[in-house]
Amino acid sequence: MSQGGRERPDETGEATDPPHQQARWYAGEQYEPLLSEKGSESVAVDSSLPDDLTRDELDLPTLAEPEVARHYTRLSQMNYGIDSGPIPLGSCTMKYNPSFTEDVAAHPGTRVHPLRADEDKQGVLHLLYELQETLATIGGMDAVTLQPPAGAAGEFTGIQVAKAYHEENGDDRSEVIVPESAHGTNFASAAMAGYDVVELPSNEDGRVEVDALEAAVSDDTALLMLTNPNTLGLFERSIEDIADIVHDVGGLLYYDGANLNSLLGKARPGDMGFDIMHFNLHKTFATPHGGGGPGQGPIGVGADLAAFLPTPQVREGDEGYETYDPTHSIGRVHEFVGNWLVLVKAYAYILRHGDEGLENVSETAVLNANYLASQIAYEVPYGPFHHEFVASADADAADVAKAMLDHGVHPPTTKWPEIVDEALMTEPTETESKRRLDDLAAAFNAVAEMDPEALAETPTETTARRIDQAAAARNPRLSWHALDGE
Amino acid sequence: MPYATHSDAERSAMLDAVGVSNPDTLFDIPESVRFDGDYGIDAHSERATRAAVEGILDGSPELTEFLGGGHYDHYIPSVVDHLSLRSEFLTSYTQYQPEITQGFLQALFEFQSLVVELTGLGVANCSMYDRATALGEAALLADRVRASSGETVLVPESLPDRVRSVLDNYTDGPGIGVDTYPTSEGTVDVDALADRVDDEVSLIYAATPNARGVLEPDLDAVGDLADDHDALFCVGSDAVALSVLEPPESYGADIVVGDAGVLGLPTTYGMGLGLFACREDFLRQVPGRLVGAGEDGAGNRAYTLTLQTREQHIRRERATSNICTNQAWLALRAAIHAAWLGPNGLTDLAEECVTGIRDACERIDALDGFTAPVYDGHHFREALIDPDEPANEVVDRCREAGIALRTVEDGGEERLAVCVTDTNREDVDALIDALAAEAEVSAV
Repeated sequence: MSQGGRERPDETGEATDPPHQQARWYAGEQYEPLLSEKGSESVAVDSSLPDDLTRDELDLPTLAEPEVARHYTRLSQMNYGIDSGPIPLGSCTMKYNPSFTEDVAAHPGTRVHPLRADEDKQGVLHLLYELQETLATIGGMDAVTLQPPAGAAGEFTGIQVAKAYHEENGDDRSEVIVPESAHGTNFASAAMAGYDVVELPSNEDGRVEVDALEAAVSDDTALLMLTNPNTLGLFERSIEDIADIVHDVGGLLYYDGANLNSLLGKARPGDMGFDIMHFNLHKTFATPHGGGGPGQGPIGVGADLAAFLPTPQVREGDEGYETYDPTHSIGRVHEFVGNWLVLVKAYAYILRHGDEGLENVSETAVLNANYLASQIAYEVPYGPFHHEFVASADADAADVAKAMLDHGVHPPTTKWPEIVDEALMTEPTETESKRRLDDLAAAFNAVAEMDPEALAETPTETTARRIDQAAAARNPRLSWHALDGE
Repeated sequence: MPYATHSDAERSAMLDAVGVSNPDTLFDIPESVRFDGDYGIDAHSERATRAAVEGILDGSPELTEFLGGGHYDHYIPSVVDHLSLRSEFLTSYTQYQPEITQGFLQALFEFQSLVVELTGLGVANCSMYDRATALGEAALLADRVRASSGETVLVPESLPDRVRSVLDNYTDGPGIGVDTYPTSEGTVDVDALADRVDDEVSLIYAATPNARGVLEPDLDAVGDLADDHDALFCVGSDAVALSVLEPPESYGADIVVGDAGVLGLPTTYGMGLGLFACREDFLRQVPGRLVGAGEDGAGNRAYTLTLQTREQHIRRERATSNICTNQAWLALRAAIHAAWLGPNGLTDLAEECVTGIRDACERIDALDGFTAPVYDGHHFREALIDPDEPANEVVDRCREAGIALRTVEDGGEERLAVCVTDTNREDVDALIDALAAEAEVSAV
């Protein structure tokens, strides 16, 4: 099982020469004290405001810059990012984030206030315009709004646009259809927009059951939300029939962009019959995920829906770029334009790659997934898959994930989609080298040979040993105020 | 591909292992929907990419901004960039594997603690997108808590249209009504609100500082009104103002929303960091991510995302919110900024927000042709100003002097809005000169 000259843990899970060991040298009962435990003071608030408006005191940590620097440096050492190693989480597209985009985002020209007049923010509007047109081309869409601040916000925006379109047509529709294997946000976004969610079963190939879709659609159908390739990495081969079925009843087709990384240069949602789509700029276009965000979820729409997009939109006018309100706009989904710096970084990423580079991204992402799957001992029940695959662990997938941590890699998404038993949903992305993929395969395979008792003892090489999440949820302690005296 | 990692030999070996000669054959896409065109995008070297993007960005002139209006600028110490850009933080994912992400989890726990201290409320999440979406989530939470139909949310008539529009989208699905209540002399008209509120109202919202920059003097009374009608009371504020203001919990706030990006986030075309805190009773109704403290297998304190059964990836259509990707990295930056300031630095910054606009208004009011501020009361960062001239002409002439101001529609009039913080306080002289020049011109 040895790869790349490194020794791997044996089947008992005992690491002989752990390839990756997060710093864990603090000897107390915690790995790093809280700021508040390092020095905190309640200071009397001295303000020129009258007493009845102000608080008496403020109790916060009082550390000088050197200690602040050490605290956060120490915390960073107890954190794993894509620069630490692979993060093959399925449908998350955790690829390398080119560091130069941070410099572009720090350019003084990004430091512009949104309430300037249009003529005083031409640089911003120009970039927004170029990015929206570029995304429209990549998605095969007629118009794009950049505003939604995350993928789920894009879904919500797209659903609101669909609702406004139907309402404008005097069409009262109450249902959004979502395949059972879809991302949880699809269900939540549809419900948030006030729709009843109709769940669509998969067929035995792991794709949309077309007969079931025929049976599910009606003149109540507002929207079908689809991820393509789906969460098993499979392309919905019947996409044209699916589009016809939905359109025939007057419904619209929504493309969840989470898996767009497999289609660059190869296929466009607009050409498949999708009416609305969102892009996850923090996935496909490599803006750093920042431990949970910020992301950005622009949506593209066909010509019939452009008038319903959020306000403001940007266009080229006689005197430069200008903002305008689409005639039937749904209004805003963010106070301004969402995460502006994410837009800047994504645009830089696209320009850096160009057509050929982007197509190569998808080809390599798909090759990497197929190569990795060919090297692991676990069964992959559904295929042919593209940029991600779902393997079936023959043990508790959550335990498998914890054991993989001891091999210096981040594990895949576990226990989802539920169509695969003990799912290990794996997306290595195009930026992992063959050697890293071999490391990942070695980690999968070493863990595959461990017995369940040994798996349950893992991880041992991480900063923290396994954390009892159920206990933490039973006794929620959500701030340092709740830890007083501990 | 600029970030290609395979040598030709490795690529061949991988293709052999997969059993194809060309990766294109791995794509199981029907011919009829294959894309055979071009995007028409040329590849660029890193240097050329920077030149191209920065060239576009340079199309905006350098101006001295006094804009405010929901997006505020404070000096951010260098250490915030240097620490937050450590790539272990920047390039990490959501903490689904807490054993290897203790660092970020602890930082988010500390951010939550900061918000708890500032608001006085028992629970804070680790971020919403911005203040407007946080208000939208507050309306949805109130609707769930009340669990009866025909609900209405009351907001002040001065709520900016941008925020109102986001709220309208959030409340559209469940059919929550949004209605305004009057203000008087720039602040909440408590008597008019008392007449307006009834038992259908699920949430009353008030901001301090409000949209006119005025600190609301009588939020106790608003809290009592909400209480009398079994409505929730939601207060809007921001992380700097809250460091000196009475904690909203003390006058009956059930929810606090607002902007925490006043810490850690520079002027970035309206990027936000939505702050959301509420009473502990609503713990299981909170939207978004929560970090909790627990124990690991070695018996040591450790942190983890918690109460995830509220969230979309578990609860799907019954989740408390659809939010997944959030603003975690900006929460980290806000926490670092707050740690660097400490309680004294934070309250000093807040005091500058009080005295900066106060001094500026005194000087503007002393000029001929201006009334500053329009409303009495204590201001924070910004104020409305009445010029004798049409406000848009004043804006145009300040623009000639390289100063960006804006107008606001208020009380049926077009007024000037001026925002002063630590980063433009020294430019107030230039603002005064520009305004004075106008007054002289108009006097001629």
